[in-house]
Amino acid sequence: MKRIQFSEISGYAPGYLLILGITGLLAAMGLGAAYYMEHNGHWVTGMNNEIVWGTPHVFAVFLIVAASGALNVASISSVFQKPIYKPMARLSGLLALALLAGGLLVLVLDLGRPDRLIVAMTYYNFKSIFAWNIYLYTGFFAIVIVYLWTMMERRMNGYTRAAGIAAFVWRLALTTGTGSIFGFIVARQAYDAAIYAPMFIIMSFSFGLAVFLLVLMTIYHGTARKLGDAVLYRLKNLLGVFVAAVMMLVTMYFLTNLYATEHHGISAFILAGDHVYTKLFWVVQIILGSIAPLVILYNPITGTSRVWIAIASMLVIIGGLAQLYVIIIGGQAFPLVLFPGMEVSSTFQDGVVASYSPSLPEILLGLGGIGVALIIVTLAVKVLQFTPESLADADIDPNYSAG
Amino acid sequence: MSEKEQVNLTRRNLLGGTAAAMAGLTIAPGIILVETAQAKPKDQPVTDAVRWGILININNCADDCTGCVDACQEENGWGKGSSDESKSRPDQKAQWIRKVKVTDRETGHAKTLPMMCQHCESPPCVDVCPTGASYKRIDGIVLVDKHICIGCRYCMMACPYKARSFIHETLTDQRSYAPRGQGTVESCTMCVHRVDDDQQPACVEACSSTFNSAMIFGDLNDPESKISKELARHGGVRIRADLGLNPGVRYQGIYG
Repeated sequence: MKRIQFSEISGYAPGYLLILGITGLLAAMGLGAAYYMEHNGHWVTGMNNEIVWGTPHVFAVFLIVAASGALNVASISSVFQKPIYKPMARLSGLLALALLAGGLLVLVLDLGRPDRLIVAMTYYNFKSIFAWNIYLYTGFFAIVIVYLWTMMERRMNGYTRAAGIAAFVWRLALTTGTGSIFGFIVARQAYDAAIYAPMFIIMSFSFGLAVFLLVLMTIYHGTARKLGDAVLYRLKNLLGVFVAAVMMLVTMYFLTNLYATEHHGISAFILAGDHVYTKLFWVVQIILGSIAPLVILYNPITGTSRVWIAIASMLVIIGGLAQLYVIIIGGQAFPLVLFPGMEVSSTFQDGVVASYSPSLPEILLGLGGIGVALIIVTLAVKVLQFTPESLADADIDPNYSAG
Repeated sequence: MSEKEQVNLTRRNLLGGTAAAMAGLTIAPGIILVETAQAKPKDQPVTDAVRWGILININNCADDCTGCVDACQEENGWGKGSSDESKSRPDQKAQWIRKVKVTDRETGHAKTLPMMCQHCESPPCVDVCPTGASYKRIDGIVLVDKHICIGCRYCMMACPYKARSFIHETLTDQRSYAPRGQGTVESCTMCVHRVDDDQQPACVEACSSTFNSAMIFGDLNDPESKISKELARHGGVRIRADLGLNPGVRYQGIYG
């Protein structure tokens, strides 16, 4: 094993400029969409007084959850002291920061009054899980920045493990907090379940690692640097474990609900309804986003193909977005149970499935968050030493033996 | 004294003149012509000695009557009471109070009732609000401070009664005593401006002007109030009582 050399990537290759252009365009369109929504009011969106959180929240929660998961590789390196992951820890921390920034930007720009961000920073109701999350998110930024500093400043290397442990604990708290946004809602049938906290933690492991794999493979393919099979296969096997774990928690969520008669309504609504949420659940979340990646990742032929590993990672991301769409929007679409056992109707759609169609500005705002996250990574790897010059097995795998 | 109480105190000073007018309604000690809900001196802050509530007997609520909804719209300047919200779709428009039809699945027996903010003793909207914009006055009225609402809509996610509305466009046609604004959340205020002026909420007043008289407003803490006596005599249910939120709005006749 050689000493790891980190270096900036060249910022003049056509591929680099193309990625910069695409991410820049996404970010600009997202900001434009936010301006349009705020200038006109939310009537230009598909959101309404029943579906109060829409497509922007699907993207925002995905990015926030994935941010925590992007730190997987750094955590495995520092907390569990696996040296093969250490060269990738800086990129892992950078991606975590970038994804969180993108997610929070979407969340803030969708507020009814984003101009009052300072109010959110100065008035706190400490019984609100949202208020806790403001601390969890800002704290995550601070801790991961310190963590990166201990990794990138040689004199601080001695503190890397301590910072890594702090970041690991904090990221678990962060995803617990994000899942609890839904877990703590007593009013709605789809929520009010403690399982949301662990489910979001595992979802973060899965989504974050999928994003990390794609970013890693793009950088190393684009810069023609070496990325060894050993490390890549370890990561893809890990992704498979996380995808299976998410499925297990989703199964437990529905099994628990199916056991209680009270929750049969919401279970049937998601699992056997005649609407987009059931299709998204089965076709996109389960078949395309969970089963297909598992088959690809563990099949000896596709599991050793970089193209297929990239496809599997993409599918996990698409499945994750579908999962959050079903949780966030499907959960609101199911009618509130005002009078258990009775039928209700009103001029305000009581008793019927709430209607929602995503509007273009909402989608652009969500994609804008992805654009901002990726542009941060694209610029950062050019100006600072986040990426090792080689991730070849011979250079980073302590167990590597030629032949 | 909290900042909110000070604000209320200032307003109460402005309304002080009304107290003198109300005093004229008292014709002898202990006899009051209009039951106002435990009129308190205007220079005193709101106290927790009272807890305002509304009791609705839905047996008296006529299916085709929307008197309470119409009165609320007119009083608080939303729906037909305002020229605003012309761009918003029906499901985006404000709904402070609505009529809900409840049908027993087995028997087909159907009734209608007005549904609005239930002014919970433990309001989930207040719990989840990150800035404290959603708050409960100590007299039990749940309100939104429009100055610190950031429009996150978490309260709307948390409300079991779908009682809150988000404003989807710029408003211009508002009542001075019921401020509303784009990008913030609002709901029934139990006509706090009227209650503080020793009047009944507009919906209750409108209902009592019909033959129905299905609604009683009053102090749940006072065993001698009309609402407490009626609750003691004939009972009343809390919607989603299983959640343990103890709403201030109670109903009679839903399940019977």
